[in-house]
This record gives sequence, C-alpha cells and structure tokens, in this order.
Amino acid sequence: MWEYSEKVKDHFLHPRNVGIIENADGVGEVGNLACGDALTLYIKLDKNERIKEAKFQTFGCASAIASSSALTELIKGKTLEEAANISNDDIARFLGGLPKEKMHCSVMGRDALEKAIANYRGQPVERIKGKIVCECFGITDVEIERVIRENHLISIEEVTDYVKAGGGCGKCHDQIQAIIDSVTGTRHPAPRELKRLTNIQKIKLIESTLDREIRPSLRQDGGDVELIDVEGDNVIVKLHGACATCRISHITLKDYVEKKLREIVTPELVVVEEEP
Amino acid sequence: MNVIYLDNNATTRTAPEVLEEMLPYFCEQYGNPSSMHSFGGNVGARLRQAREQIARLINADPDEIIFTSCGTESDNTAIWAALASQPDKRHIVSSKVEHPAVKNLCEHLAGKGYRITFVPVDRNGRLDMDYFYDHLTPDTALVTIMWANNETGVIFPIEKIAEFLNERNIVFHTDAVQAIGKIPIDIHSTGVDFLSLSGHKLHGPKGVGALYVRKGTKFSPFLIGGHQERGRRGGTENTASIIGLGRACEFVADHMEEENTRVRFLRDKLETQLTTRISHMRINGDRSQRLPNTTSVGFDYVEGESILLLMNELGICASSGSACTSGSLEPSHVLRAMGVPFTSAHGSIRFSLSVYNTETEIDFVIDKLPAIIERLRELSPFWKRS
Repeated sequence: MWEYSEKVKDHFLHPRNVGIIENADGVGEVGNLACGDALTLYIKLDKNERIKEAKFQTFGCASAIASSSALTELIKGKTLEEAANISNDDIARFLGGLPKEKMHCSVMGRDALEKAIANYRGQPVERIKGKIVCECFGITDVEIERVIRENHLISIEEVTDYVKAGGGCGKCHDQIQAIIDSVTGTRHPAPRELKRLTNIQKIKLIESTLDREIRPSLRQDGGDVELIDVEGDNVIVKLHGACATCRISHITLKDYVEKKLREIVTPELVVVEEEP
Repeated sequence: MNVIYLDNNATTRTAPEVLEEMLPYFCEQYGNPSSMHSFGGNVGARLRQAREQIARLINADPDEIIFTSCGTESDNTAIWAALASQPDKRHIVSSKVEHPAVKNLCEHLAGKGYRITFVPVDRNGRLDMDYFYDHLTPDTALVTIMWANNETGVIFPIEKIAEFLNERNIVFHTDAVQAIGKIPIDIHSTGVDFLSLSGHKLHGPKGVGALYVRKGTKFSPFLIGGHQERGRRGGTENTASIIGLGRACEFVADHMEEENTRVRFLRDKLETQLTTRISHMRINGDRSQRLPNTTSVGFDYVEGESILLLMNELGICASSGSACTSGSLEPSHVLRAMGVPFTSAHGSIRFSLSVYNTETEIDFVIDKLPAIIERLRELSPFWKRS
C-alpha cells in the first residue's frame, strides 16, 4: 500500500474543482487510457488574464486525482504569468509530498497547465518535441532532459518515477543514462586499460560467455559447442550437433564464436577447433 | 469499522482451530524433532501426522511430501531439481500467466542459457493447447504450468497435460498454490511429478509450504544442510507452522463442499448483481472452468487503485491488476496476456472469497460498489465521451 500524506488522501476523497467549463478560455489534455492516467484541465480567465476558475477531470490513481485537485487550487486567482511558473514540485509540496513512484502525477499536472495556457494563447498544438526515447510510454528526449534539469534527477529509476520513461521494457535505459550524463555533465572515464585477466579468470569468463551468449543461439539451430581447453590465447573448442557436420562451421567459429569471445573476454583470443 | 475481507487469493485468515493446534509448539513442546530424547522425538511424531494430513488432502503418500518455507520455495525447488537431473536438456515450457515465483525464475533461467517457451492464453484465459503440444521438443527438460490462475481463477487442464507428458517422459511441475483446498485434487490419478502448495492460502499460517515429489522422480535439494526431510531439504523444521499446515489441510477438506456450493453461490451473486447494476463492466476469465471463490471484474474508464482506496474507506479489501497497484507501470501480465483492453485492465478488481464470508457482506459490496464506480466515472475525462 502506498503511504499517502493526509493531504493527498483529503484531495483524493474530496477533490476540489471537478468538472468541465463549457466555454473555457484554455483547455489542456494530457495522458491517455493506455498509460493508466489522463487529465483534462479547463481554465477561465478574467479581463486581467487572471485565472478566475479552474476545473479538471482525471482518470487515474489516488495521487493523480489529488495532484489534479491540488493544481486547480494552486492556479486559481493567479495571473497566467504566475501560473506558468508553477512546477511539478510545487504541486507535490502543496500535497505534503508524493511517494517517489508517483511523482509522474505531479508532472502530468504541470504539463496540463502548460497546454491549457498555450491553448488560450492560440499557440498551435505543438507537435511532439524531440525524438521518442521510451517507446512504451512515448516519452521524448526533450521531456526527459527537462525533468532531469528541473528536479535534479540523477538515476534512471528517478526518471521513471517522474515521467514513466524506462518503466516498460527497459530497452531505452542506456539512452536515458546518456541524457542524465549529458545534463549532469558526468563524463564516464574512457574505458581504462583492461587489467590482464589471470588464467583462471579468463577461462571462467570464456566458459560463462559460451554458456550465456553463444550456446543458446547455436542450439536454436540444433548445434552446440564445447570448451576443450585454453592454451594462452588459443581457445580450443569442439563442435557438436548440426555444427559438427555443417560445411560453414569455420565461419560460425570465426565470425560468431570468436567475435563474441573477443568482445567480452579479451581481443587477443583465437578460436580453434580441436584436432580430430 | 468492520473489515470485509475479499482478498483470499492474496492470503487467508488463519483458522482458529489451526492456531490452537500450533500454540503448544512454541513455549511447551519446543523440542527439536531430530533430537534423540523423547521431548524432541514427540514433536517429530507430530510432524509425521502433519505430513499424513497434507498427503491425505491430495491423495499422495506421506513420503512424497517435503516441507518448505513457502510456495515460492516449493516452486524454486521443483524447477531446479528437474533441471539438475537432466543437465543435457535446456528447454522449459511454461505459460504466460504464471505467478512471479515461476515466471521470474524462468526469465532468470533464460539468461543462463535455457530456452523458455511461454504458452499463450486466449481471451478467456484458457491455455492454447495446440501451441503447447507444438512446442514440446526432445530438448524439453520441464513443463511448469499452474493448476489455477491467481488473478482470474481459471483452471488449467492439468490432468490432461500430465497424461500427455507422462507418455513422453517429460517432467511436469504444477504450481497448485491457488487450487489446493478450493477444488478436489487426486494427485495419484495424474502423472504430475512436482506440485507446490502454500499454507497461508488455505487458512494455515504464513511462512510454510510443501512440495509433492512423486515417488521415483529424480530429486536434488534446493537448501543443502542437515538430514531433515531425509536430506531433501536442510534446515530445522518450522514445527508449529508445519503442524498448522497439516491441520489447515483438514480444515479445507472439511469445507471443500461448502467452498463449492455456498462460496460459489456468493461469488456468482456478486458477479451477476454487479453486472446488472454497473454498465461497461466485464468479467475476465472463463466462467465455466474457474475456482469457485474468484472473480476478476474490469470497469471501463476508471482506475483500479482509486476503486480499491474508495472501497478501503468502507472496510472492503480486494486487489487490482492496475498498473498503479502492481508496483510497475504496466497493468497485470495476466490480463495483458488475455488481451484485455487497457481501458478495462487498468480498472480491474479481483474479489476472492473464503468460507468466512457471509451473504450480508456480499450484499454490502453489491450495495456500495456501484456508487464508487459512478463517482470515479464522474471524475473521468473518458466517461461522458464514450
């Protein structure tokens, strides 16, 4: 169970400003059903461009509903200029904090506000800025970079908590890390000179690479490879199954087995087949 | 506030008669069953009785029962044992809707060079049997498929699968944690090699489980240590809990008929009454082959965590397959495997009953839930548009 603050519970159980403004001056829609949360924000302004009325509709969990409610309370009575300065962190603080896994709810609030203001100003609905990094949730590099800057995020996990990016299949984790590094100015040291492996380390690494990386795919083709010995940089193997009788097995050995071992273990390795 | 507990697939109330049998084994009869003195030996004799009680529930031999610490340990033990006994085979067949105890272990093994086939299910959560038959190979070391699904209650044709695998000498493990105690199981009439069960799902205590290992099945221990369990599982026995598990097996056997009549009636009443009172609602899973206590319902355009928390205000306990409650950002893998649309998966609620539930409780839920769904739909931007 999530540990929600009393204020989150209050705004979830008694959300303020629920509904639709029929002739709203600005409307902002974010999220969708597939993602599991969505918010539509309506704002009505007075003649001085002060927000005199704000309403919302939200599909989502307790913190999504509470964040939307908090947002409307925060922006009412503010000028557009003032409202535009409200950050996702302001929403979270207004609620006495949110569980870190739920910070994306506050980000959704801020996004809806920006869209509503842009809508009022007649700015065209922006096409998605940047290129998609997280395909599961459709999050772009621009969005990720912004949330990292504004909230001083330093890990992939935090990025996931704030904008969901990386929370699905996980294939984009390297890209997210690269964005974090570029924002925080972290430079990963150039790959240091690899320490020479001891013989035992080398043999173990060769074995585990064969087991994890190489044998499963050979097996899919009905073949297999067995490690016979390691002499210096010479890796002596024996081919089995379909590989043993395959006419292009020497290509498999050089182009696949040797390449993989060089990549993971050490670039000097030479793979040879056991003399019959 | 009264608690209305409809989350029995998560865990169950320890039956008072179970607790009563356990209590003397903490402060009074605390001996070690392996000791030479009769103070410990008497506890050993009591464990033998517990082993018989467990065996009787599934019609196994007491020698075929190994005590473990939980369902997850039983699953892990069975799977590792099956693989260790056939080092030359590197293929495992499982299903797409397994409990994490099996699913995540299979995914872990995939990273260790095993090839895993996850058999899909259809829209009603039924196993695709043709796919299953087509994907068995001479390299298949193990099939591990649950007896009944924890989220939907759908029951898989375990007897049929076991018979098929037996003829081909393929080792078969079934995670029967949700099925045991809810439907009759006669393990000797099937060819199942390993079966996992857990104490706290059948009104026993938490922290105890058991693994059935068919006589003659090759086995190697998961926990290596002392000679307990005839060397098949090291570690001093959790005596009180094992005795509780034994008594719990009797408890569910005594209530099996009630589970399949009165509890089933309550579950059906809950389902049909909600269906007539709430629009845009669906029942997930094959209604003809299902545990008598479980229903998974999906409400369109609302989100599960919100439903749970509003029910919580009224003391109603259930669970959800929504993303927000799963600890990840994606809705339940079971519902997704069934192709349940996102609209409905995010708003899915599982009610799982037990013999302790009353009709008054079910009527209360039937009375209160429609207003909760309506209240959340009023908040939802998708509702009026639909």
